[in-house]
Amino acid sequence: MELGSKRYELEDLGAFQEHFHSRGWTDGLPVIPPTPDAVAACLEWAVLPPDHLVGVEPVRNRAITAEKVAVNAVMAGCLPMHFPVVVTAVTAMLAEPFEVHGPTASTGGSGVLIVVNGPVRSELGMASSFNALAGSDRASTCIGRAVRLCLINLLDLRPGGIDRSTLGHPGKISYCVAEDEEASPWNSLAAERLQLGDGPVPSAVTVLAAMAPRQIMNEWTTDPAEILDTFVAEIKANMRHYSIWAGDYCLVIAPQLRDHLGAAGWSKSDVQRYVFDNARIKREEWRDVGKGSVVMGKGDREYQALNAPEDLLVVAAGGPAGGFGAVIAPWLGAKSRAVTIPVGACVNC
Amino acid sequence: MTIEVLDPTHGDEPNVFLAADRLDGLAGSVVGLISNGKQGTVHFFDALEQQLLAAGVAEVDRVTKANYSAPAEDAVFDRAKRWNAVVAGVGD
Repeated sequence: MELGSKRYELEDLGAFQEHFHSRGWTDGLPVIPPTPDAVAACLEWAVLPPDHLVGVEPVRNRAITAEKVAVNAVMAGCLPMHFPVVVTAVTAMLAEPFEVHGPTASTGGSGVLIVVNGPVRSELGMASSFNALAGSDRASTCIGRAVRLCLINLLDLRPGGIDRSTLGHPGKISYCVAEDEEASPWNSLAAERLQLGDGPVPSAVTVLAAMAPRQIMNEWTTDPAEILDTFVAEIKANMRHYSIWAGDYCLVIAPQLRDHLGAAGWSKSDVQRYVFDNARIKREEWRDVGKGSVVMGKGDREYQALNAPEDLLVVAAGGPAGGFGAVIAPWLGAKSRAVTIPVGACVNC
Repeated sequence: MTIEVLDPTHGDEPNVFLAADRLDGLAGSVVGLISNGKQGTVHFFDALEQQLLAAGVAEVDRVTKANYSAPAEDAVFDRAKRWNAVVAGVGD
């Protein structure tokens, strides 16, 4: 396999680490040497030629090739079998609705949440249960990290460079979760977004420009409306404290609360509709959180968290114990949209 | 034993954003101001517009991108054809 990247001959593993760290090519953690053999193995596993066009960053019109994504995937610790998910995530991120430049360069400091669905989850040993949002397994952690390294090295998104995040959040290091499809009462996120109905779910990846998870807990009711009121309250808090604009919110719902919702016969559409109807605030509420100066006579204006019920991404994940869930807010509003792509799909080719 | 590794960066690329030819002066020119759409650009461009007009610019043509995350729309490029100079501002 003919690889086009520039090659470096380095003395040993220590010299390699220093060579890469000193040039700003890492996220600060140690990286795996992207040897030609390791990179070729990723490409061969995904049956992609090195010059395969993964996508084009639209602001700088920068073409991203499979070889360069593979180099960064190896550095992140990915095995060849992880690479198809990485390349799909990068493909989705470079799709037009995601508008990759805005959320990744913004002072707002979002990360790229990656949700994996379908058979590839079990093939890669991805876990969806304990510690689901924070490095539950090797594949999830490495895939999320690979996407971050691609942003750093292929789009120059280094802190203080094009990445202008004021704070950022820990999910920017790695933010990947596999949905717990088997223990969910609902169709998977990918099945919903790809409108697959009850048919078999292909392996698919969804990316969302996402803020940090805001964890909620409600163990004191089995009533679906009350459970969702807790999630809605957290969304409304985000609208008051961070961004009032509607966008693709994500709810991660752990088994205990999923079981209550399912037992009551609430479908995913019911959940989406309830949140759509109730996650709304008045601009006047900004006065309560120190933002009275920007109410500007529009206090009665109502803002909704979702432009449409289906803009709510409902993800089943989390460990078995406790009435926990998380609200993951979008980067500012709907400038960047969530994108779902089946693994192995080719966009615009 | 040495290690051979591949460069992880995008690598060298031609400079596709070459600077345009400089104007001899601003007098009588048409200057475009492209805002990314952030509120912070408004006051800045208000002040800049006044300074440009005071410096002899014939017309300041202000446009705002629909999405600050995305490249400028085709309509902006069409308008730019009649500009002698442009300031693309990034505000927040």
